[in-house]
Amino acid sequence: MPAEVTKIQDYAIIGNGRSAALISKRGSLDWLCWPRFDSPSLFGAVLDSKRGGYWSIHPVHDSEASRRYIENTNILETTFVGVSGQIVLTDFMAVTSEENKRRALWPEHELVRQIRCEQGKMEVVVEFSPRLDYGRVAPNIRDAGKFGWRIDTGASVLILRGDIGLEPTPDGLAARFVLKSGESVAFTFSFSAEAPAVVPPLGSAIDEKLNLAIDWWRSWTAQSTYRGPYQRQVTRSALVLKLLSYAPSGTIIAAPTTSLPECIGGGLNWDYRFAWLRDASFTVHGLFGLGYKDDAAAFVDWLLHATRLTRPKLRVVYDVFGESPPHEYVLSHLAGHRESLPVRVGNAASEQMQLDVYGELVEAVSHFFGKTEKLDRDVHGMLHGIGEHVCEHWREYDNGIWEERDELRPYTHSRLMCWVALDRLLQMHARGQVRRLDVVQCAAERENIRKEIEQRAWNPQLAGYTQACGSDIMDATVLLFPYHGFESAASQRMQETYARVRERLVPRRGLVYRYEQSKERHEGAFAVCSFWEVDFLTRGGKPAEAHEVFEAALGYANDVDLFAEEIEPDTGEALGNFPQAFTHLGVINAALALRDRAKTTR
Amino acid sequence: MWGFVATVVLTTLLAGSQGMGMTRMNVPYLLGTMVTPNRNQAKLIGVFLHFINGWLFSFIYVAAFQLIGRSTWWFGGLIGLVHGSFVLAVALPALPALHPRMANEQYGPTVARQLEPPGFLGLHYGIRTPISVLGAHTIFGVILGAFYVVK
Repeated sequence: MPAEVTKIQDYAIIGNGRSAALISKRGSLDWLCWPRFDSPSLFGAVLDSKRGGYWSIHPVHDSEASRRYIENTNILETTFVGVSGQIVLTDFMAVTSEENKRRALWPEHELVRQIRCEQGKMEVVVEFSPRLDYGRVAPNIRDAGKFGWRIDTGASVLILRGDIGLEPTPDGLAARFVLKSGESVAFTFSFSAEAPAVVPPLGSAIDEKLNLAIDWWRSWTAQSTYRGPYQRQVTRSALVLKLLSYAPSGTIIAAPTTSLPECIGGGLNWDYRFAWLRDASFTVHGLFGLGYKDDAAAFVDWLLHATRLTRPKLRVVYDVFGESPPHEYVLSHLAGHRESLPVRVGNAASEQMQLDVYGELVEAVSHFFGKTEKLDRDVHGMLHGIGEHVCEHWREYDNGIWEERDELRPYTHSRLMCWVALDRLLQMHARGQVRRLDVVQCAAERENIRKEIEQRAWNPQLAGYTQACGSDIMDATVLLFPYHGFESAASQRMQETYARVRERLVPRRGLVYRYEQSKERHEGAFAVCSFWEVDFLTRGGKPAEAHEVFEAALGYANDVDLFAEEIEPDTGEALGNFPQAFTHLGVINAALALRDRAKTTR
Repeated sequence: MWGFVATVVLTTLLAGSQGMGMTRMNVPYLLGTMVTPNRNQAKLIGVFLHFINGWLFSFIYVAAFQLIGRSTWWFGGLIGLVHGSFVLAVALPALPALHPRMANEQYGPTVARQLEPPGFLGLHYGIRTPISVLGAHTIFGVILGAFYVVK
């Protein structure tokens, strides 16, 4: 039987800091890649409801579903209310501290699904239908008796165990049973790459694992020092970032999915299960601002390690261990999310040139090391190399932050970030952190970039800064000028630019297109740009207006405060890969700007 | 003496392959961070530790030469190849268990300021890491085999 077709916003995410799963509002696990975010999927119904594979648990008869995360955790609870009763489905991946893991054997990955009847009685159906390798392989599921059901994939073994018996079906395994008030049933699904595999226990061990997971997530959330507006949404955004971070290396991937469409039925479908340098400065700013210093440190360590092979030249995108992502190819056997084709794996952006990444990296390093910390020789060498590279190459045309594939252009945002790179290097030199910098050359080129932006990216007929030098197209990245300290949000030019953004890029309050081409391409409003608008208004001394935009934008999150990459302006539907780190970084950084503004004006 | 020379060449080759962008693996840094988290000090201590390692391993090579009663460049190279393969397939993947500041691939979601695990064949440090490790260890063996005189 095919899985139910689910809209993007009807999913929620669970994970363990190395992998993630998407679960629909109707209790169907439709996306899971093990052992890494970018591994081939074991369940992929989100990309093809017939061939992708799914694992659903839901009541047999009609019911209303609602869901929430257990407070300050990434543990999902879906409540089904029907005529005969009420059940709660709890989904999570087992997590705990490294100390606890050393005390007992834990599988490399474990996903737990527990169903508890809270009122009356309900008949429940379970359908377990995995499809390995992006839906190409219907696996042989072997009955291992007391040790559950086993799937040998060659390099690894997957084990499914449950409190009740499952029966083989043409699609996999299934069960149908009645739960009465107070009763519960649990399933555990685990991955082991090493033999002998760890067989996870059931019974009271499930409740212990649930409690350990609650404790771990709550202790992580408690590290946050953020006390300010939109606390709930900021906490959720931090928890999403944590789910998208790959703990063994410290990086944060853009999203856990591939090819969720930016336009339903269209071809703007990309694989986001990698780390973009584009997000670097926002990530460090956000993590540091919330007080997650260990996470920020791990991320900066990854940045320094990942960029080691190609310095001073940087790639646009890296995999979790700093390699180039695999070459992009199409999975032609998959039908795509709501028939949006093609389904792509790998990412061709890795071969593009984006000059903004130099500013991102230098800004991230500068922010992380602060005003006093000494830089070691390795970081020092990297910064020198980047300074020289930027001075030499900033005039070149590139693909820009939005990774345009048609032609190279002199993008304003790329030049802005080259200015940021040189500006932060000069600041670090002035503080004595960077020595032997060619100050004269860096300062001269920084001034040249400023002149180029002020003279060529400013369009006097339009009265606004534009997407590229000599262009008449508006682009939301111009809202970042004040964030990066290039020009005050209160300046006349920025106010005029903002008026153009409002005219051309804002379809309705709280939504902003990334550029004017978005409308022709039928793509949605770009969610992070809404939060850039909030930041712009805050820095421009308009906090009341900023709050209005913030609240309107937050209204487009789904029922558990998650954002995709884009939002369809007419229907409010989520579009693009989900959930998206860039958008949630936008939420965090805009809230931090509002909090800081409130502090300074108090 | 030749153990020292071979270790100098081995360390230089590994450092050179890092400088040329073949691998991110910095062996002195990897070893030194077992002792200290200070990046600069770690590299210095790591060079010292790598020399000690090189000398200790030279004795194994010498023992093998003595056992067969002769030393030739190709036999030394062969031992080096086996040595390099062992480092890649066994020692590097096992390193997270021994290294106090290295994460393993089951680590998480807790992050700490940790070193990335090398992975099978050291591939997490760059896809050409196996070439650099095998090449450097083979040359280490070739030098010992060519210049050591069996007594």
